[in-house]
Amino acid sequence: MADEMKIGAYICKGCGIGDRLDAGQLASTATRDGKAAICQQHDFLCNEEGVKMIQADIDNEGVNRVVIAACSRRAKTEAFAFDNVTMHRANLREGVIWVRPDSDDQQETTQEMADDYVRMACAEAKYSKVPETSGQQGVNKNILIVGGGVGGMTAAIEASKAGYPCSIVEKTAALGGAVAQLHKVIPTKAPFADPQDAGVDELAAAIEADDNITVYLNSTTTNIAGAPGRFAADISAESGATQTKEFGAIVQASGFIPYDANKLPEFAYGKNKDVVTQLELEALAKAANGGAIKRPSDGKEVTSVVFVQCAGQRSKKEGHLEHCSGYCCSASIKQAMYFKDQNADVDTTIMYTDLRTPGAGGENFYRSGQKKGVTFTKSVVNEVVDGANPTVKFKDLILNEEAEVEVDLVVLATGMIPNSGQETRADLAVEDAEDKAEAKSSGEEQVIRVEVESILNLDYRQGKDVPHMANGFADSHFICFPYETQRTGIYTAGPTRRPMDAKQAMDDAMGAAMRAIGEAENAGLGKAAHPRSGDLSFPSFRKEGCTQCKRCTVECPFGAINEDEEGYPVYNESRCRRCGTCMGACPVRVISFENYSVDTVGQQLKAVDIPEEFDEKPRIMVLACENDAYPALDMAAQNKLEYSAFARVIPVRCLGSISLSWITDSLNSGFDGIMLMGCPSGDDYQCHFVKGSGTAQERMSKVGDTLETLSLEKERVATYEISITDIHKVPKLINDMADTIEQIGMSPFKF
Amino acid sequence: MSTNTGTVEKYRNNFLKEVEANVEEGDWVKMCMQCGVCAGSCPLGKHWAHPPQEIFMMIRAGKREEVLTSDSMWMCTSCYNCIVRCPRELPITHIMHGLANYAKRLGLAPKAQPTAWFSQVFWDNMMKKGRVNELKLGLSLYFKDGIVSGIKESIKHQKLGMNMMKAKRMSPMELFGGHGVKSAGDLQKIIKKAQEIENARLESYGK
Repeated sequence: MADEMKIGAYICKGCGIGDRLDAGQLASTATRDGKAAICQQHDFLCNEEGVKMIQADIDNEGVNRVVIAACSRRAKTEAFAFDNVTMHRANLREGVIWVRPDSDDQQETTQEMADDYVRMACAEAKYSKVPETSGQQGVNKNILIVGGGVGGMTAAIEASKAGYPCSIVEKTAALGGAVAQLHKVIPTKAPFADPQDAGVDELAAAIEADDNITVYLNSTTTNIAGAPGRFAADISAESGATQTKEFGAIVQASGFIPYDANKLPEFAYGKNKDVVTQLELEALAKAANGGAIKRPSDGKEVTSVVFVQCAGQRSKKEGHLEHCSGYCCSASIKQAMYFKDQNADVDTTIMYTDLRTPGAGGENFYRSGQKKGVTFTKSVVNEVVDGANPTVKFKDLILNEEAEVEVDLVVLATGMIPNSGQETRADLAVEDAEDKAEAKSSGEEQVIRVEVESILNLDYRQGKDVPHMANGFADSHFICFPYETQRTGIYTAGPTRRPMDAKQAMDDAMGAAMRAIGEAENAGLGKAAHPRSGDLSFPSFRKEGCTQCKRCTVECPFGAINEDEEGYPVYNESRCRRCGTCMGACPVRVISFENYSVDTVGQQLKAVDIPEEFDEKPRIMVLACENDAYPALDMAAQNKLEYSAFARVIPVRCLGSISLSWITDSLNSGFDGIMLMGCPSGDDYQCHFVKGSGTAQERMSKVGDTLETLSLEKERVATYEISITDIHKVPKLINDMADTIEQIGMSPFKF
Repeated sequence: MSTNTGTVEKYRNNFLKEVEANVEEGDWVKMCMQCGVCAGSCPLGKHWAHPPQEIFMMIRAGKREEVLTSDSMWMCTSCYNCIVRCPRELPITHIMHGLANYAKRLGLAPKAQPTAWFSQVFWDNMMKKGRVNELKLGLSLYFKDGIVSGIKESIKHQKLGMNMMKAKRMSPMELFGGHGVKSAGDLQKIIKKAQEIENARLESYGK
């Protein structure tokens, strides 16, 4: 913005603010300390008249930094939405009057609190700019779908229906994936009683008939560069011919790899031909085509069959899968029905420890199996003994005794391994190499992933595929943001992200297609994806100051930052989620957003008026994550839970964006305590930016040493993991900190 | 703990099918999902050698002898707690009685089990005249364990008996013959015929 900065401060007296606080004093604070050129008071700022007043100042007086001293920044956002200005909120309602008692003796500290928030909002305004577009945008409606199974096909059909052209890249010579190998599938419609046709042919026909969908068979993606809105994918055929196409967003539906049953010698797999996996039984059922299923060894019609559930799954044994594959119980019921429907006299026994039939019709399907006479035996299978007929040795868990049964055929319910490509960041910094070595020595990580080729072949600094979470599944925040990966614009669907059956994979694909469409459009507008949906700002860095330390490129949770030949960061705006983790990582503070920077927060904390030591009025800086901790504080206020008048809360985009300079500046300017509130991190993370809070925890673990060199008590700086539901916890934590300061005394750094 | 060696019979559906064909409500057995709520709900549960959940599993496991000779289902007092609570809505009480009945018909029911013994006495008593002779039924219960304890038991309940006679709720004359339904002989014939049909059907399953 070339024109001059002009702050307009507006003080609301509604919702009881005017009764509890001296609005006149707030106004003089705004003009004197906050340097607001215009300051107006209003009895009801968010009503039409109040909003008009602000708009008039923007139009006529040239106000371009709007400071609203009223309610929380999370309230009345529709009313206070003005174009081409920056918006700053001093939280006088939730932040001050609702958390302080309405009594005369508290009046002074409450007013101080409000004055500080006005100063802080004005300080932030001074250092903010209106975000301008980066010029990187371009709408590209083409969606790339990697994988031509039922998931990929569904995604293509759905996206095409919505008007988005799709390209399916399928590694094999035909569409259909794993489901094409199935005789029938688990029922998807009421009454959920019988196996149903997979419908792969219908899907393939629909794809064929759709001009909007291009299919590349025998092909893989050998390189994907760019960012949402401008992905450039090299699609290489088996023959070697490569073509480069442009895409707006990507759906990865690369499915799963069946677990290798050869790792289960205890079940005589490989030794006895009549011990087969579920997928192999599907082939037998297909061959029988409705007739009696014949066993592989001698072609005898099967009269008795045992299904061994959880074969090599849900076990911590070496070489086994730790997870439950979710679909195998229902699949065994379905396969038992292949026998029962053909001949009710065939003995079918499913040996399970915990029967799990997820999905709306799961329980009905289980009952239907029981009605058809499938026997369910709660037991642990210890061994399958090789012989003319395999003998299953097991422990009956209900009767608590060892038993055995000789049958014609044994089917092993082996699980699915996600086909999610390489573990990313393998080639990264030292600490990562150490992590890797640790994983290797514990042995778990290695057994699941065997010699994997990359699927996407991303040209990203942090690795070729989307990052994985537990057991090699592509991370996709399964509670809040399913399909979402740590790579903006790339959405996973189906067993790549979580074990599931065909129907679930198809539902999944619809969701992923929808997200892909959304992101293609978003990227075209230069807007951020969630949780900062619509944010137009993007990170930039001052090249002269950059030391090429690469921390930003390594720590970005979304792999948004590449490197140029000289090692300088290259930002890809549309990959960026605007969390600011790069900003927090930068040791030389050269990274900033137009509306969020080291200064916008740093100047806020410097704007706080620090009373002298002998005033007995400590100051506590609370840096609260805007996603969970800040809303929790707001809700605490709505519940009129009180907390210390000495706290000053500044919302941050993510704990990961916290610059250590804010900590040292706070301490130097005399703050007595600093509280950092972020989301839970680790395996069950709730961080909206995946790794931001975890990264921050790690960084903060080193703050203790800094405190010691300043000969300050370690208790003065504390990090907390706060969920959005911790409404009663947050005020208590603040009060506890106030108590702690009372015990250890005021900071000696006041001047 | 015994290892089942008779693998031909065990864990096959033969016995389950037999139960389905011959036991009242027996076709529900396969619907049990082994949650154990019945076992936990039974007020007499701790006196059962095998709670219903186990009985159902034993049927599926083909343990014919063990199930039919068990005294477990004879312990059922028909409180219906299990039926009310079964999430799969199995008529468990009825199945227990059905199993007991079937075991009895096959002659496999435990001989000394008091419920089984009393059921037989009740049946015999009723079949004579087509009505239950309450006086005789009561006395046979008193004299269950012999003359001496029978007399003691009778003296203990002397007052109750006298009062019932005064109130004309019981007649001592019932000891001599007693009254019955019209043409009790026809009833006996009907029952006999029914038993013949049933026995013929049972033949196919052997003993």
